[in-house]
Amino acid sequence: MSPDVWLPAAIVLSSMIPGLIIFLVKEESRRLRTLLNLAGAVVKLGLVGWMIWGVYAGRVYESRMTIAPGLELVLSADALSVLFVALSTVLWLVTTVYAIGYLEGSPNRSRFFGFFSLCVSATVGIALSGNLLTFVVYYEILTLATYPLVAHRGTPDASRGARIYLAYTVAGGVLLLAGAIWLQARVGPVEFTQGGLLGDMPVEMHPELTLIFLVLLAGLGVKAALVPLHGWLPQAMVAPAPVSALLHAVAVVKAGAFGIVRVVYDVYGVELAHATGLLGILGVLATITIVYGSLKALFQDGLKKRLAYSTVSQVSYIALGASIFGPVATIGGVVHLVHQGVMKITLFFCAGNFAERLGVHNVSQMDGVGQRMPVTSLAFTVAALGMIGIPPIAGFVSKWYLGLGAVGAGAHWVLLVLVASSLLNAAYFMPILFRIWFRPEPRNWPQEHPSAGRFEIAGTLLWPPVVTGVLALLAGLFAAAPVSPLQWATLIAAREYGW
Amino acid sequence: MIDLPALAVSLPLLGALAAVVLPSRGGLFGLVAGALTTGVGLALAARVWLEGAVRSELGGWGAPLGIVLRADGLSAAFLAMAALVALAITVYAGRYFGGSERRRHFWPLWLLLWAALNGLFLAADLFNLYVMLELLGLAAAALGALAGTQEALAANLRYLLVGLLGSMTYLLGVALIYTAYGVLDLGLVAELISPGPVAASAFALMTGGLLLKAALFPLHFWLPPAHANAPAPVSAALSALVVKAAFYLVLRLWLEVFAPVLGPAVVVPLGLLGAGAVLWGSWRALRAERLKLLAAYSTVAQIGYLFIFFPLLAAIPAGAGREELLAAAVLFALTHGFAKAGLFLAAGAVQGAAGHDRIAELGATAQALPAATLAMALAGVALIGLPPSGSFTAKWILLERALSLGQWWWIPVVVVGTLLAAAYIFRFLGRAFRPEAAPQRFVTEPRAELPALALGLIAVFVLGLAALPLWDLIGISEAAR
Repeated sequence: MSPDVWLPAAIVLSSMIPGLIIFLVKEESRRLRTLLNLAGAVVKLGLVGWMIWGVYAGRVYESRMTIAPGLELVLSADALSVLFVALSTVLWLVTTVYAIGYLEGSPNRSRFFGFFSLCVSATVGIALSGNLLTFVVYYEILTLATYPLVAHRGTPDASRGARIYLAYTVAGGVLLLAGAIWLQARVGPVEFTQGGLLGDMPVEMHPELTLIFLVLLAGLGVKAALVPLHGWLPQAMVAPAPVSALLHAVAVVKAGAFGIVRVVYDVYGVELAHATGLLGILGVLATITIVYGSLKALFQDGLKKRLAYSTVSQVSYIALGASIFGPVATIGGVVHLVHQGVMKITLFFCAGNFAERLGVHNVSQMDGVGQRMPVTSLAFTVAALGMIGIPPIAGFVSKWYLGLGAVGAGAHWVLLVLVASSLLNAAYFMPILFRIWFRPEPRNWPQEHPSAGRFEIAGTLLWPPVVTGVLALLAGLFAAAPVSPLQWATLIAAREYGW
Repeated sequence: MIDLPALAVSLPLLGALAAVVLPSRGGLFGLVAGALTTGVGLALAARVWLEGAVRSELGGWGAPLGIVLRADGLSAAFLAMAALVALAITVYAGRYFGGSERRRHFWPLWLLLWAALNGLFLAADLFNLYVMLELLGLAAAALGALAGTQEALAANLRYLLVGLLGSMTYLLGVALIYTAYGVLDLGLVAELISPGPVAASAFALMTGGLLLKAALFPLHFWLPPAHANAPAPVSAALSALVVKAAFYLVLRLWLEVFAPVLGPAVVVPLGLLGAGAVLWGSWRALRAERLKLLAAYSTVAQIGYLFIFFPLLAAIPAGAGREELLAAAVLFALTHGFAKAGLFLAAGAVQGAAGHDRIAELGATAQALPAATLAMALAGVALIGLPPSGSFTAKWILLERALSLGQWWWIPVVVVGTLLAAAYIFRFLGRAFRPEAAPQRFVTEPRAELPALALGLIAVFVLGLAALPLWDLIGISEAAR
């Protein structure tokens, strides 16, 4: 059988099968579990590499399966899905290493890693979905796979956070389902099509299509944490650090943002979305979310909470990019999918390290952390500066293209949003950096744990943020290199706008 | 050729007789007869799928004199589901009743119930259907009372009386038809029946009696106590199979006999009651304090969805379009059969380990039994209708048809029912996450947990991803032979 037919399915299965086996692994068989985890991650990386090369060369990958008359599960690879798949796969590998170190010695690890693998399989499934039905299926599976991760610790706080998470995401999922069925009842199977599927719909259908778009947007907006649907995200912070990292950088919020991009470009088509005024609505929502998230972040003392609100704000750059009618802004939005992921995962890894080693959970406790944990602090600094948009780190590239695209499209107000948001970013990140590097160490840390090994913290916890921090730097420095995220985003925009 | 339909009824009957004669060997007879009956059920479904509808005239006496059994696509689908679910229950019951005194009563009754169930799926005339229905009700009520507690006795006595009332009402309808047309064979009745008061009254009586047995809201009052107080394998059989048999019969009679002569309006009340059942059953499941009561109310709600299909089926002219939706309704019923049986069996395992089934205090036990909890989670996925379960596919098609037929008002009902289902399933599952140390093993009690897990896996993965043959199967009727 030709790889064109099985490769997408194999990429999803490469993490799903190890995940299912891990459930059966005895708790104390640590080696076997680690082996399964890493084998899955490495095999997936290899398959994704193969697929990237193929898509670049113009090959078409598609796995299809009919589950009922008129209902088909389709996994296929276009430039956009490959971008998201590559992001998930690389960050999953890194996060797995981190999680193995982080959960060392804690209970219920087989359950944790089982669901962890399912979570990534679902994300990759979302990325590779070739039609709306498949997207909905994986979107719901993602909800199911993440819930146990948020509830993992089993404390009352964790149960509460998980319950809130579930309430939001299931409600969002049902809305998305309703929208998808509505659309399918009107136009037939909704295959994702480059340039949009609904472009030729007669004008009298437009009001109904607009309504459907709003239902879909409400469903996707929950996971993408668009204000006012973001309430679950800060609550889900009770999850273990690697889960937060994955949730914020790759899995859940990105699934929502990715869905919005898909619906705008490959279902409605950017022209139709522009003509019906939907882009305007999306732009306003994104702007409100960006400003509101940053403002809220400003007042959080809990480090993870501050990072959570920062996610609320930053993820909406992706929606903002999609809402501006013009290819350059599209590049900015799409590339932020990757850039935000790499930077935010670094920040969460570091926050986890501070808490693990020194018991530091709050911003007010971070004085002098840089002297005790210089490497972690350095990674944190790089990522934070990137979030603010300081060149040459990745975040700058995103903001540059967003701004450039907005001006090109005549949407000058977006510049204002970008400036305001960057100032706010600086206002909530700079005080942290100041405390880390320029304040003296306190006499006692909140709760110091001994470190095993030569470094400031165990290697499995130290290297992941270093690697992702370096990636964030490289993505910005070598943005013009032929294999950078930016160039790939340019390829996507070119194909969507039909250059 | 082997007479598979006759075997499907007589094998469990023989097993029941053997278990009566030698009660100490009941478990063995149960397992052997169960395995054989499952094999026959699956073989029959396979034959229908490959060769078309099967008809068997016992002793060579055809209609209208003799007993005729027939299997078309619809019967084959239900028969196959019953075969697999009943096999899982049989394996489970072997351990559940073990050496206890109750096994002497369980095995004959259980095999009798299975025989009646198969007979009902295969019977081709109205009176034989009545006999099977009565037999089914009697066996079911007796099985439910096996728990032996005061509540169980009271609940099952009521169940028995309600069941009798239901079958009597059905019988009145049959009598009406027989007086008017002088035939009982379904095919002959369908040929002779004409629009008019007789048809309408017979439909009302027969359907009314069956609705009582199917526990359609507001006639569900007897179900929750009866199902919640029965022994776990019996609860599974009652919720997954017995109630489904009444639904099957309503569907069969309406499709074959009444739909051509009565207008689509007569099934609108069924849809409305179904909507009531979805909302009320889900709400009560959410408020339930005991796990098995939750599962029982969830059955009330799920039965409701099945009846929502009726007004939509009625709005589509008979033919390929209607069959497509019909297959979705059947898929929903089958998924519920597997999921609910899995839920009850797993709940039984948890209840057995904890000594009670109060939801608020079950967390630690659930965490200690990962396989049983996973089984419940899978069953829960199917009950909520999340992908990739069979009920997701069925709900998708239900909603899509509702929209394209302009009957959008069913959509909010399904949406609210789905959200409530998510709430009541996770109200329980959420408690299984606790800070304590992990269980050392995935499976602790193989004969209790594995059947439940198998049912859950079928409900989610097999029916969700590989149910396409069902659409071919449902299209197979006797007329198309």
